[in-house]
Amino acid sequence: MSALGKVVRSGVGRRRVQTVVIGLVVMIAVTAAVLGGSLMVASRAPFDRAFDQQHGAHLTAQFDAGKTTAAQLSASAHATGVTAAAGPFQTAVITPATSRMGPADPITVVGRADPGGPVDAITLTNGRWVTGPGEIVLQTDLRLPLVFQPKLGDVLRLPDLPGSPTLTVVGTARSVSETAGGWVVPEQAATLTAAWALGGYQMLYRFATAGTTAEVDADRDAVQASVPAGALSGARSWLTTRTNSAGNTVLLVPFLIAFGVLGVLMAVLIIGNVIAGAVSTGTHRIGILKALGFTPNQVVRAYTVQALIPAVAGAALGVVAGNLLIIPILSQTNEIYGTTDSGVSPWVNVAVVAGALALVTATALAAASRAGRLRTVDVLAVGRTPGPGRGHWAARLAARLPLPRPVTLGLAHPFARVLRTATIVAAIAFGAAAATFAVGLSASLNQVEATESHGDVVIQPGRPESGPPPGGGPQVASGPPRGPDPVAVVKAITAQSGTSGYSGVASTEVTAAGLTDSIETLAFTGDNSSYGYRMVSGTWFAQPGQIVVATPFLAATHTQVGDTIVLTDHGTPITVRIVGEVFNIENRGMQILTAAATLAAAEPDLLATTYNITLKPGTDPASYVTGLNATLSGVEATAMTAEDETDELLLIVNALTTLLTLMLVTVAALGVLNMVVLETRERVHDLGVHKALGMTPRQTIAMVIASVVVTGLIGGAIGAPIGVMLQKTILGEMGSSVGFNLPAYVINIYHPGELVLFGLGGLLIAIVGALLPAGWAARTRTATALRTE
Amino acid sequence: MTVPVIELSDVSRRYDGGPPALDGVSLTIRAGEAVAILGPSGSGKSTLLNLVAGLDRPSSGMVTVDRVRVDKLGEAGSARYRRAKIGMVFQFFNLLDDLTVADNVMLPAQLAGTARTVAQRRAGELLSTLGIDRLARAYPGRLSGGERQRVAVARALMNRPALLLADEPTGALDTASGEEVRQLLNELHAEGQTIVLVTHDLALAESCATRTVQLVDGRVAADTTSKASTSSPVEPVR
Repeated sequence: MSALGKVVRSGVGRRRVQTVVIGLVVMIAVTAAVLGGSLMVASRAPFDRAFDQQHGAHLTAQFDAGKTTAAQLSASAHATGVTAAAGPFQTAVITPATSRMGPADPITVVGRADPGGPVDAITLTNGRWVTGPGEIVLQTDLRLPLVFQPKLGDVLRLPDLPGSPTLTVVGTARSVSETAGGWVVPEQAATLTAAWALGGYQMLYRFATAGTTAEVDADRDAVQASVPAGALSGARSWLTTRTNSAGNTVLLVPFLIAFGVLGVLMAVLIIGNVIAGAVSTGTHRIGILKALGFTPNQVVRAYTVQALIPAVAGAALGVVAGNLLIIPILSQTNEIYGTTDSGVSPWVNVAVVAGALALVTATALAAASRAGRLRTVDVLAVGRTPGPGRGHWAARLAARLPLPRPVTLGLAHPFARVLRTATIVAAIAFGAAAATFAVGLSASLNQVEATESHGDVVIQPGRPESGPPPGGGPQVASGPPRGPDPVAVVKAITAQSGTSGYSGVASTEVTAAGLTDSIETLAFTGDNSSYGYRMVSGTWFAQPGQIVVATPFLAATHTQVGDTIVLTDHGTPITVRIVGEVFNIENRGMQILTAAATLAAAEPDLLATTYNITLKPGTDPASYVTGLNATLSGVEATAMTAEDETDELLLIVNALTTLLTLMLVTVAALGVLNMVVLETRERVHDLGVHKALGMTPRQTIAMVIASVVVTGLIGGAIGAPIGVMLQKTILGEMGSSVGFNLPAYVINIYHPGELVLFGLGGLLIAIVGALLPAGWAARTRTATALRTE
Repeated sequence: MTVPVIELSDVSRRYDGGPPALDGVSLTIRAGEAVAILGPSGSGKSTLLNLVAGLDRPSSGMVTVDRVRVDKLGEAGSARYRRAKIGMVFQFFNLLDDLTVADNVMLPAQLAGTARTVAQRRAGELLSTLGIDRLARAYPGRLSGGERQRVAVARALMNRPALLLADEPTGALDTASGEEVRQLLNELHAEGQTIVLVTHDLALAESCATRTVQLVDGRVAADTTSKASTSSPVEPVR
């Protein structure tokens, strides 16, 4: 082994704490970066690949056939920014029924003679394309279980249309742009529009620039300007489709990036501090090495490699950890695309490792460069304690504090090495920020989940079984449940002592202009329909004809609160006004909430299937349920206490947040430990003097702990507000990544008292980090310390 | 005859299986004595001083100082013992560079829990008596060797110790500064301070000590009462 190799090996071996700290901090940074980078790639890669291959539509536009013509729409292909267009295709909304599955939800069908073309080149997944009337190709939705996938040969009945025509499924196809639920030949599309309904046209556009929402909006405005006013009845951006396709994994990317950035910054700070500390405490050794003939470059290389060895080990462990963690997270994306993508992205791994090691090298080189610059004669003569003049003012000030002398001695220590203290303050600040952010994120997500709770007790249709079903086998569902007798149920609810309010909920599907899929609509009765819902803007509906929707619906339909839109419910058009934007994550925000009376004209027999009941304070839910079920004995309904199931994504976010926060806090504490170890080494002679003058072990511990109090308090005071800022920013990003505006109720979750506690968290990190070296200092033998130069 | 302050009974100290640094040393030092421990390097002088100061423990034997069994004390007990009974002066002063002279001097009292104002008063008296009160706000790094050692002596006397231990107190000083320290030790002894002095310097031993103990290879080779106190009348320091 070369002389340099021996120096490096002995350095790594002698500085075990520093070696462990570097390894851990690099591991954490790499883990978070690999997770964030791989998720970002994996959540979008399948969509992006398919979108490119199919020349996906940047904008799927729906036009009112009564306000424009096919010729005018063809001319819109020359609107500013349009690079390719397809259409116009005639559209219709049908509500098919099959002999195999019974009535289905309404779907938008598009008349297209050819699946190919310059935009939205549809991929046939099974069968063939339509060749004549009476045939249909259905969009494959891989998110549905196999049993619900369309099958070749299925015959769709259209009972809402005159003559109840039928369509035979001749193929299934996948449009990554999700431009339709099904395709028929163009001449068939015209026959599928009810006599009283207005037909529509679909145009598909690709634009020169459509990378952001603002760009797509500008493109849409250009198209809109090229057609008669009011002709554009709806439009869907490819960005919305991509976000929906990515599944919930996209939610994880912003906060993983935040942890990655925090980890990288901490890595830079701590590695810089460790190496600078190693140079500082090894000054005399450096002098000896130089006296023996080591060149400045060799000395710098020796200290840089001392950092790189644990950094390489940490990076390797981080890659393994990051890739292991990504597999369960990506299972959701795999389900959506029907893929078995492991999520391991080699180039992400290589890029992260290379970036991390480059950063470590640069940081270590910068910190070690001082070792190369030190003059041999100076470093051979220099002692370890800080030079005179550093932090004297702090020592004088601290000496006057009415505190025990060991404490005041310790309080002044950080001011002797201001730069080192500043880096540790930063590390503690990041640790405190991570903890504040993690707790805030978790609390916010719990608030999000709380918005899914709409009562303390819920009534479901059907009676509880009193014994095993005949034959002992599992119970088999026999079609969709029917709503119980509303008069009897409401009578029972209102008569029950402890009832505070209730809402009856009926569910149905409607279509909205500009949307290819049908939208679930919840129709409410009762006096407490808004319970659990949080408004972002506007108000809850107060009368029939008003609806409340979530941000993704507004974005998908390009509407806003105050707008009027037309819904189609079982072929009946219903004009409604959007009176409020609600935070509602059900169906990824594609759900309409309204009074049952709004749909009465289209569905007079629509019955509430579920009743949500809120209880007066102090009411025991179990007793209430027992009493209510007794009253409901003659009704096909059962009351039960509402159970909140924790969302899987929430569990993943909470688990990842906890894990990454613990890692970051641990690293911050290790950073403190490293600093205190350095301080203790540098001050070991002074420590011996203190002990010789009568400082007890307990006083020694007090002095060492006190030496990190100021550092911890400042770090906490800086870190807590950073954590709050991170929480607000990242949560906003997470919301917008899936198209939601978050209400203040979800974002503003910190109370002043809690912030003080998070600030004190910095102190806790500092004290935990200092405990071990404080113990070492207390146990150091006085005579040994006095002999140490 | 005055009472014994230090009693070493058959004390040995051995490090890591090597030859004994001290080998069966028995020694009694009485109150008011000024004893110089002499001997070549490696003879066990500093080991003996460390054992008396409670900085180290004997491998065998008993060390009693002012009726305290020092060899039985734990770390905390040793620290409290040093505060109460011992003042130490080191060859290289061992002043804390980041504290002022006054803060250095006050430190032993403050570690013992003495209020700052009380400690300030006592430090002021000592610095004045030792003729360095003008240096109270100075930092050790700016003082001469002699001034530093005076500060160290002031610090050692802060808690009015029963015993002053001095380890090569003139070893790092020039002749003039060494002479100052020698005179100071004489003055302290004249005031009745019990002093144990470890030194190579025969002249210092002869001028300051009433008794010399010669150590060779960890054993007492000679124990001589050299002279009566030669000090001249001085102002009381304690």
